[in-house]
Amino acid sequence: MDLKYTDAKPSDAERAAVDELLGPAPTGWEGGERDVADLRWAKGGHEARDRRDLLLPALHAVNDRVGWLSEGALDYICRRLTVPPAEAYGVATFYAMFSLRPRPATVLHVCTDIACAARGSKRVTESLTSRLGPAGTPAGGAVWQESPCLGLCERAPAALVIRAGEVPEGGAGTTPTAAVVAPATPDALLLAVRDPGRAAPEPPPVAAVPQAGRPGLVLLRRVGTADPSDLDDYRAHGGYTALRNAFALGPAGVIREVSDSGLLGRGGAAFPTGRKWQATASQPVRTRYLVCNADESEPGTFKDRVLMEGDPYALIEAMTIAGYAVGAHRGYLYLRGEYPRALARLTHAAERARTRGLLGDDVLGHGYAFDIEIRRGAGAYICGEETAIFNSIEGHRGEPRTKPPFPVEQGLFGRPTAVNNVETLVNVLPVLEHGAAAYAATGTPSSTGTKLFCVAGTVGRPGVFEVPFGATLRDLLDLAGGVPPGLRAVLLGGAAGGFLRPDELDVPLTFEGARAAGATLGSGVVLVLDDTVDLPRILIRVAEFFRDESCGQCVPCRVGTVRQEEALHRIADLRGAAAAADVALLREVGQVMRDASICGLGQTAWNAVESAIDRLGAYE
Amino acid sequence: MTSVPLGLPRRRVEFELDGETVHVLEGDTILDACTAAGKDIPTLCYGDTLTPKNACRVCVVEVEGARTLAPACSRRAEPGMKVRTGSERARHSRRLVLELLASSTDLSTTPHVAGWIEEYGAEPARFGPDAATVAGRGAKVDNDLYVREYGKCIMCYKCVDACGDQWQNTFAIAVAGRGFDTTIAVEHDGPLPDSACVYCGNCIEVCPTGALSFRSEYEMRAAGTWDEDAQTETTTICAYCGVGCNLTLHVQDNRIVKVGSPHDNPITRGNLCIKGRFGYQHVQNVQGTE
Ligand SMILES: Cc1cc2nc3c(=O)[nH]c(=O)nc-3n(C[C@H](O)[C@H](O)[C@H](O)COP(=O)(O)O)c2cc1C
Ligand code: SF4
Ligand code: SF4
Ligand code: SF4
Ligand code: FES
Ligand code: FES
Repeated sequence: MDLKYTDAKPSDAERAAVDELLGPAPTGWEGGERDVADLRWAKGGHEARDRRDLLLPALHAVNDRVGWLSEGALDYICRRLTVPPAEAYGVATFYAMFSLRPRPATVLHVCTDIACAARGSKRVTESLTSRLGPAGTPAGGAVWQESPCLGLCERAPAALVIRAGEVPEGGAGTTPTAAVVAPATPDALLLAVRDPGRAAPEPPPVAAVPQAGRPGLVLLRRVGTADPSDLDDYRAHGGYTALRNAFALGPAGVIREVSDSGLLGRGGAAFPTGRKWQATASQPVRTRYLVCNADESEPGTFKDRVLMEGDPYALIEAMTIAGYAVGAHRGYLYLRGEYPRALARLTHAAERARTRGLLGDDVLGHGYAFDIEIRRGAGAYICGEETAIFNSIEGHRGEPRTKPPFPVEQGLFGRPTAVNNVETLVNVLPVLEHGAAAYAATGTPSSTGTKLFCVAGTVGRPGVFEVPFGATLRDLLDLAGGVPPGLRAVLLGGAAGGFLRPDELDVPLTFEGARAAGATLGSGVVLVLDDTVDLPRILIRVAEFFRDESCGQCVPCRVGTVRQEEALHRIADLRGAAAAADVALLREVGQVMRDASICGLGQTAWNAVESAIDRLGAYE
Repeated sequence: MTSVPLGLPRRRVEFELDGETVHVLEGDTILDACTAAGKDIPTLCYGDTLTPKNACRVCVVEVEGARTLAPACSRRAEPGMKVRTGSERARHSRRLVLELLASSTDLSTTPHVAGWIEEYGAEPARFGPDAATVAGRGAKVDNDLYVREYGKCIMCYKCVDACGDQWQNTFAIAVAGRGFDTTIAVEHDGPLPDSACVYCGNCIEVCPTGALSFRSEYEMRAAGTWDEDAQTETTTICAYCGVGCNLTLHVQDNRIVKVGSPHDNPITRGNLCIKGRFGYQHVQNVQGTE
């Protein structure tokens, strides 16, 4: 490719950050020192273009070190990876965590999403506005901004401080200094902004699991009981039995067990996992991939975070099994960018597994080669969509692709790929430990096993709860401290899900039960709102979320989400006839979004608002 | 002499289009079938020389049994499929897409769209005077050859595909930003002369809205002298090099005002280089006439 680069030069720190990831520039053609030898040959072609997938890691490297992406830094990355500068700019501007303008090294992300709004995020932002100035204005070496759900809803209101700088011990792949402040108070935030390295430590993941230690837990059983950093402890608690069993069964046997177990995907679409693996494994193309979708960005969802922080080896083992079943030798773990602790723990766990021969050329001495690469997202909900995740990993804008072709046919790098959610994968462990029949004995015939629910909002004991499929919403709320007085509504399934009324608490929490009630389990969100919550504002927040997170590719979603948000603002304080015209407008726009959007984001963006109108009588 | 590669013979696909049995070749799209059947489906982001991006969704049709509507421009016909092009749902989506676009973009130079707005009863004004729009984005006039008016841009991706790996391989422009704020930009949204652009104008050739236009057209429109009815089109052969690309000269008042290229030319498919596209000044800058 004959690319034209710009004349902008990177600073020493920017160059060092990129070189740490990619190694020093070998020649002047790639932005290194230019010498006479460079004039006698040209580099480029396929080999150079092959590393396009390092674009996002390289952008992260600079952002981690310097805090923003200058023209010089971007140009240097382009030269190193043979990426057209316009495209790199298009990619960098796609992600909310990057800035192409200078900004302070310390960025404070304050969640104003549904669960946090229900727990007083407004007080936090008001206080910050008066003490630090309005959002987005740098002050005292820091800048704060409002953020969508940070996946810390059990400790709402939540905030995350990220400070760019030298990567601390632990090396590449980990975020720079980051501090979670949740529940956030203005004082704690100011302290954390001043010195994130010395912020009060986060409570351990088990703090998010009120059921911890109780008998009967399957997916959460090791959280809080096994040391998440210690591979031996993981093995002492039953770790790596499933992988051994998998090797004994062979790939086809594993797929048979997983199919027979009735396991359905937990990422939202409830697709049968066995069928997905079978379809991937039976492709004639030999290079296949596994992608673990750990982008967890659906507002109100934090179960994957708790699993990854509390039991990281389980995911490493489960990915190895999935890779073995579908015939993949490389698995990508795409982790949401705002999960610094999960990143550190998974990075550590993968390293340990590698040193102990549980990842690598010859896993457990069975002649099967498999390794895992962790890729960080950079603030884009849409990258959790199963084809957008491929584009993101490949170094393109995280825009969903047209289906067909489906991921099992042409996925990551155009190869057959199985994409699975974290919780889905971790379910494979009990399937292989105890067999499909034992697994399927829990739950209902069409929703087998147990399910994690993320209970947050106005409840006494928010957290991740594990219940067998078939428990009712009321059962779940009882575990979480009881049905709160003045209950107004429960948002089930996330921002792309729907609201249930207080008289609908006996809905069985199964895929079929939710469907029959006109709802969806989605990603397991159970967001409880009492009557102190301003429903129209919550609906505006939902609409804002989708407006912000729309990739912008298709008209129904790109413009429709904006028109819906505008209408919801207009009727925020109106009821009845005064709101009727805009409610009708919302429905018409909602219909085209649902019918004609390219991907699930646009297709479901209006679900929650519609259900609030139809089921809760908002605006009546 | 041109030789046309025949490829493997394609099978015939039989399916139902608006209640009538139709036949197309395997790989053909629903739009191909509609065109063959004389049905007029609106399209905006579809381009006859490009891989469908199916981004605008104005061409959606209803496929029986499918949860969502299908873009006719890219969905391949399948045996036994039952397609309805004028169903209530399909018409609703088309009307809304037109309303959403017309309320957020300046469509004043987009061909056909006024007719569709009337045909589908679209009322873009109903979103109110405060509806967010990109129509106010100023024109980027930063070179002598062509102008970019992103207030008219519907984000169809066609220019990017034409500049990138589908035709030109220059990669001067890309989609930047996200959501409603997406735009087409060179790196750092800078001026074209600082970018990799080689002024082939192949992006102008495919732009469906007039967001990209010859500087001559832009200035004549501003002066109120642009008059398509008074223009003639003459297809000739570019005299610069031996390739022999076809040029279509748009002439008004005996002056070349724009240069296109036939999309059905099997060699160039509407693409040119800077010389064919913009190198016509010598024809009219005859000494003494300026
Ligand atoms: C806009 C959007 C965002 C999504 N985000 C996630 C996510 O963060 N994590 C996830 O596992 N699935 C997410 N999904 C669902 C995935 O597309 C996909 O269905 C899932 O990862 C498949 O895994 P499973 O079969 O194990 O559920 C998202 C879907 C859409 C449309
Ligand atoms: S529905 Fe929204 S997120 Fe999905 S492709 Fe269209 S614009 Fe992008
Ligand atoms: S004129 Fe040619 S090189 Fe320049 S942006 Fe358009 S297609 Fe790309
Ligand atoms: S400038 Fe024209 S071709 Fe490019 S995206 Fe906009 S409307 Fe499409
Ligand atoms: S962390 Fe604020 S809503 Fe989830
Ligand atoms: S013309 Fe078919 S989606 Fe745009």
